[in-house]
Amino acid sequence: MLEIRNLSFQVDDGKEIIRDLNLTVEDKKFVVITGPNGGGKSTLAKLIAGIEKPTAGQIFFNGEDITGKSITERANMGIGFAFQQPVKFKGIRVIDLLRLAAKNAYNKQEPSVKPLADSKAKPLHLHFEKELSVSDACDYLSAVGLCARDYIDREVDASLSGGELKRIEIATVMARKTKLTLFDEPEAGIDLWSFNNLIRIFEQMRREIHESSIIIISHQERILEIADEIVVVADGRIQKSGRGSDILPGILGTDAAVGTCFGKNGDKVC
Amino acid sequence: MLKVDEIQKRLFKEVAELHDIPMGAYNLRANGKAIGRNSTANVEITGKEDGSGIDIRIKPDTKNESVHIPVVLSESGLEEVVYNDFYVGADSDVVIVAGCGIDNCGGKDSRHDGVHRFFLEKGAKVRYVEKHYGSGDGDGKRILNPVTEVYMDENSQMEMQMEQIKGVDSTNRMTLAEVGKNAKLIVKERLMTHGVQNAVSGYKVTIKEEGGSADVVSRSVARDSSYQKFDACIIGNAPCHGHTECDSIIMDQGRILAVPSLEANDVDAELFHEAAIGKIAGEQLIKLMTLGLTEQEAEEQIINGFLK
Ligand SMILES: Nc1ncnc2c1ncn2[C@@H]1O[C@H](COP(=O)(O)OP(=O)(O)OP(=O)(O)O)[C@@H](O)[C@H]1O
Ligand SMILES: [Mg+2]
Repeated sequence: MLEIRNLSFQVDDGKEIIRDLNLTVEDKKFVVITGPNGGGKSTLAKLIAGIEKPTAGQIFFNGEDITGKSITERANMGIGFAFQQPVKFKGIRVIDLLRLAAKNAYNKQEPSVKPLADSKAKPLHLHFEKELSVSDACDYLSAVGLCARDYIDREVDASLSGGELKRIEIATVMARKTKLTLFDEPEAGIDLWSFNNLIRIFEQMRREIHESSIIIISHQERILEIADEIVVVADGRIQKSGRGSDILPGILGTDAAVGTCFGKNGDKVC
Repeated sequence: MLKVDEIQKRLFKEVAELHDIPMGAYNLRANGKAIGRNSTANVEITGKEDGSGIDIRIKPDTKNESVHIPVVLSESGLEEVVYNDFYVGADSDVVIVAGCGIDNCGGKDSRHDGVHRFFLEKGAKVRYVEKHYGSGDGDGKRILNPVTEVYMDENSQMEMQMEQIKGVDSTNRMTLAEVGKNAKLIVKERLMTHGVQNAVSGYKVTIKEEGGSADVVSRSVARDSSYQKFDACIIGNAPCHGHTECDSIIMDQGRILAVPSLEANDVDAELFHEAAIGKIAGEQLIKLMTLGLTEQEAEEQIINGFLK
């Protein structure tokens, strides 16, 4: 369980980006955070992951105050974070990154994700006594719609397209099987076909959530539709939050969706 | 059986990945003396008359053969200059593994200056792998000053992988190349310095004839208080392609001077250079830390990848 109490984050010029924010994410919940550009969503995710330090307030994870804990400590307690803008590395291959992620997998026994419901797909039953095997790595890549063999040995550098990097980022975080997983706009830059796959992955994660919880920052109606809870963040505050079915009708076509791209069927991609 | 002690064995392993006597032609040199030599039907290795080095003659059309010529020094205070000449016959395709390992536990400087000259005939193809390595905790310095000259005839290709990752206190390397018609030179240099090490790497590549190309790429890491200078000049005297790139990470109090330069003497010479120096990107460290690595582990992974 994640509990955020009176969290504030002010930057050097005095601007308050997160203002006295309170939020509780229960276990087994699938929460979608949405809201206008610049509202503070990514900043909130960075505060949870430990990348930014709050100027006031506290963060509790499973009852423990993690406000003073480092990124590494939080990661090892079971917090995973897929960045809005994936990071590139010269010389580090896709397989290397997946192996690093799997080696530090929080929950090595219980996979939280399986590939697409496709009956032919191999289930992601992974046990990492040693190194993540190539075939297990491939399963993660296939799950995000990448033809694994073409990518496994590629370097995670500028030679990959934005959408490819984004999918590798998602696969990497999936490989960690964390108790709380944050995805920052996972759909951004992903083409239509992959988007549909992505939705299926999240639906599957939703079904197999076990004790874990998932927070997705998204503007996509189809992701909002599968949320247990929707949280609308604007101007550094929670403007609205509640059950997905209660919140969703109110925010479609309103300011919360400004600057985003809601397709009628969720199939519009930006 | 060759007589090599444990230290020498380890050095041979580091510089040439040799666990045993290599296949094919070889010349193993330890502490100033050849301790093993083998020629094959296509590759002849002979000592120079004045004892200053060896000649390696590779017959035309020799394919898929390798030549190993590693050198190790394990006696403190040994200083040597060695001349090795490679004559690579037309249309051959070979791998040459060189490299030098120095273990210096004593108080005196140990130094190996290898002068390698390569003469590639028409259509010859060479992959050259060279590793430099130093170990030992004596006060004596481990010094390597290699000079490499490459003369490339029509349609020949040379790919050079040069690596110096650990333990060499001082190195001043110079590589000169003359690239002929449609010949192709590729250089991949990997360098890491630490402590108070000093490394200078210079290249002067002249593309002399039409269709020649050269690509000289260096990736390096300077840690602690070490210093590196990368000085690469590509000269195009004909319609050709030339590119040089120096990509470096500095850490601690490391210092790097990168001086890529170009000289075009033909209107159709296309020459490019790039150089970038900077510390490890913060976001790279952060990303790996969110995967559960400590900052040090993240740093190691980033540098390992970068120098791979
Ligand atoms: N370190 C910083 N210094 C100054 N301003 C910052 C800093 N970090 C974030 N901001 C500002 O805070 C605001 C919130 O940024 P944030 O990235 O959290 O928004 P977001 O809700 O994720 O937006 P988007 O939907 O565009 O991704 C923006 O106006 C941004 O420019
Ligand atoms: Mg954002």
